[in-house]
Amino acid sequence: MDNIGYYPGCSLLGTAKEYEQSIRHVFSKLGINLIEVDDWSCCGATSAHATNHLLSVALPMRNIILAKKQGLKSLFIPCAACYNRFVVARYEIENRPELRKKIEDVLEEKIETDIEILNMIEMFQRIDRELFLSKRQRDLKGLKVAAYYGCLLVRPNGVTGFDDPEMPSAMEDVVRLTGAETVDWNFKVECCGASHSITNMTVVTTLSKRIIDDAVENGAEAIIVACPMCHSNLDMRQRNIAKMDSQHKSIPIFYLSELVGFSMGIDKEDLGLSLHFIDTESVLARFSTAIVAKE
Amino acid sequence: MMRIGVFVCHCGENIGKTVDCPKIAKEAVKLPNVVYSIDYKYMCSDPGQNMIKQAILEHKLNAVVVASCSPHMHEKTFRKACAAAGLNPYMCEIANIREHCSWVHDNVEEATKKALDLIRMTVERVKFNYPLSEIRVPVTRRALVIGGGIAGIQATLDIAGAGFKVILVEKEPSIGGHMSQLSETFPTLDCSQCILTPRMVEVYQHPNVKLYTYSEVENVEGFIGNFKVTIRKKARSIKESLCTGCGLCVQKCPIKKAPSEFDEGLANRPAIYVPFPQAVPNIPVIDRTVCTYFKTGKCQLCKKVCGRDAIDYDQKDELVTEDVGAIIVATGYKLYKIDKKARDSLVKGYGEYGYGKYKDVIDGLQFERLASASGPTSGEILRPSDKKQPKKVVFIQCVGSRDPSKGFEYCSKICCMYTAKHAMLYKHKVHDGEAYVFYMDIRAGGKGYEEFVRRAIEEDRVKYIRGRVSRIYEKRGKYIVKGEDTLSGVPVEIEADMVVLATAIVAQPEAPKLAQTLGIPYDKYGFYAEVHPKLRPVESSSGGIFLAGACQSPKDIPESVAMASAAASKALVLFGNEMLEREPIVAKVNENTCVGCFYCKKVCAYNAIELKEIRDKKGNLVKVIASVNTGLCQGCGTCNATCPSKSIELIGFNDEQIYYQIKAL
Repeated sequence: MDNIGYYPGCSLLGTAKEYEQSIRHVFSKLGINLIEVDDWSCCGATSAHATNHLLSVALPMRNIILAKKQGLKSLFIPCAACYNRFVVARYEIENRPELRKKIEDVLEEKIETDIEILNMIEMFQRIDRELFLSKRQRDLKGLKVAAYYGCLLVRPNGVTGFDDPEMPSAMEDVVRLTGAETVDWNFKVECCGASHSITNMTVVTTLSKRIIDDAVENGAEAIIVACPMCHSNLDMRQRNIAKMDSQHKSIPIFYLSELVGFSMGIDKEDLGLSLHFIDTESVLARFSTAIVAKE
Repeated sequence: MMRIGVFVCHCGENIGKTVDCPKIAKEAVKLPNVVYSIDYKYMCSDPGQNMIKQAILEHKLNAVVVASCSPHMHEKTFRKACAAAGLNPYMCEIANIREHCSWVHDNVEEATKKALDLIRMTVERVKFNYPLSEIRVPVTRRALVIGGGIAGIQATLDIAGAGFKVILVEKEPSIGGHMSQLSETFPTLDCSQCILTPRMVEVYQHPNVKLYTYSEVENVEGFIGNFKVTIRKKARSIKESLCTGCGLCVQKCPIKKAPSEFDEGLANRPAIYVPFPQAVPNIPVIDRTVCTYFKTGKCQLCKKVCGRDAIDYDQKDELVTEDVGAIIVATGYKLYKIDKKARDSLVKGYGEYGYGKYKDVIDGLQFERLASASGPTSGEILRPSDKKQPKKVVFIQCVGSRDPSKGFEYCSKICCMYTAKHAMLYKHKVHDGEAYVFYMDIRAGGKGYEEFVRRAIEEDRVKYIRGRVSRIYEKRGKYIVKGEDTLSGVPVEIEADMVVLATAIVAQPEAPKLAQTLGIPYDKYGFYAEVHPKLRPVESSSGGIFLAGACQSPKDIPESVAMASAAASKALVLFGNEMLEREPIVAKVNENTCVGCFYCKKVCAYNAIELKEIRDKKGNLVKVIASVNTGLCQGCGTCNATCPSKSIELIGFNDEQIYYQIKAL
């Protein structure tokens, strides 16, 4: 069994519980052992990196040091915001010797950054295609979805080093393995409004509405995400969008791991699908009986 | 007995301020074999040179050391002065006490000590110098020009006009290059074809020009003054000598749907075609990849209608060789195709602009064809998708240029101007239309250029928005251009009917391959490198090979033409003499000790190492050893350093000279 380090981050224990649940089930099915970093702490997203630069680099570094001490060679970080904090902090440490010294002084530890940091999509990219297909129990053929990356997975360009920053396509490749179809749409890396959800909700409803509208206009029945922030904005704020626009037709938002888990025949409750604000049955019901025989 | 003179130059204050020149002149004369020494304010001046000449005669000097600036600057000057006094010029050496000493130090005492060290080293070295004479090679007074765009045409006409033969090779079926595709030219808005086609015809009719179209340079051997070039004449499937260019075959060809290269895919052409009506030569070519006969063995309509029996399906590529003395490379550029397929190690591409996905998102050359009277719409501006007149057009500059994160770092130079021209032409043709330009900066350096852009803004009311575009997407028949106006700090969205992208100028994809064939350097983008960016901008580092036009870097028409004439004049300088003289600083093989390992051949950047067979008196092969082609050798010394058996010496820089120079330190 493959051992891979796992940093859940705060969202996965709270608002994105279903993300955490689906990840655990999917990777156990794929034979990957997720080893949680002992005593992990906040990554510094939003609050730290908006207020204190030193803290925003020191926090991810603390967690990287812990992971290294545990002997982990790879670290899977499903939350896009955490992932972004980690790769950006690592980039700064590797490129700014004076900052490295400062952080080492603060943490009273030597920093080694030779650890592979993986986001949700990269985790699936590592899985052997045949293995993935062998675990599939439902063919999601006919389901049309829009793969939504948001801003944090692919940017800053050259730092995350992951896919094209404006026209990424890696998530689509994973989605297609479930049998679902991906639509060609325009807003896959537009901003959803992120944490303005709390301070200025109109920004979020306006931006999220545009994203949803474009997905729907291009034929999507659901949107696939790999970020708790995107999920909460697109899923939870649809009620507020509906207040703005009486014509709004709700559309379910899935985590990539939920979609994959569903195609693997994992129980909907185990995937946390009942925790969504927008009903998921509208698109999943038609697949519930279509379980293909296990080889 | 060696009698050496040392001449110390102050170079005004350049050396004199940091190095105590009178003192080192006094010290130098104490060195063994130095019989005379003097310092002077400007040794390169006439009086300074005369001091050297006189001293050679009066003191019977047989070697000279000049302590002055870098040998790059005045070695030739001083060697000539020595020669004028009857000394072999190669008995004069330079001790560089300016760039290597006074300019980089400020402590007078230490700098003076170092200057004396440098002089002592050079004195030891010059003791092992021996008289050398220049190498003389004959010059073939014919030129090869590669590329038949405006640069190649200009260079060809200049050299031919001076009375020398020129061979012009063009890989496309017609000469004319990108300039023939343009509608009007900035900043005067004169018709591109009207000014170009007379020159094309002139090339065709010139008695001194031999034109190879639909041909490529396959191989180049030899060296400055003496190149042997192999040209591949690709099979046109037409007997050129018989064809009259009547065009009947083109009319009758049943294939009508091959995308036209000349119209940048906006129109179609038959399988047998002439790229455009004014093509030179006016001889068709069969595109074998789409021709029904070549695909199925049936059809032969063109052959049936040809009254001259000029169609030749069995024609094969033909290799011809030509001897030339100079080569001008004028292979031009390509536009960067920005769809996703264009991604490579250098660039990430601009998939978010939808080029290749949306028919009405086009590039600059495609707009030229739309605006051109000879184009697919006869000069009317119509959207490629539905042939309707666009009422709102957005032009985007710097797509791929000046973008280190997603494109190329360099500026493509001509886009600011041609975008202004495009917007202007659009406004002239669609009076109620709106034109927007997204730009980073407007770079309009050039005669009449700034005024031209101002005219677009002020008279033609083109709306310039300073900022980048993040995305273009289609919504109900319109193209939504999302961008930023950085001057007012707001996001902007424009619902456009058509979008024109000023994509980066890139080197020809085959440019590196040709560079390797020619043995000339190129940069990481594939643009050919000049020897010196300021003083030798049209010469490649290989003798006798010159550069013209956009193959060296992005250029507009006037610049390409100027560069082509400059390159032509460089070739003419070469042709001014029947024999070529060059420095004797070349590598020499010791035939007794060379074992023929040919490490030297592997490291030589100039292909100067040849194989030589050594035979005994009876003619039996004894061994194969290395031999230096003194025409190609540039005297870099790499072979000398590589040779495991120390069998290669660099004349003028042999081991003894270097050892004793170092030992003197």
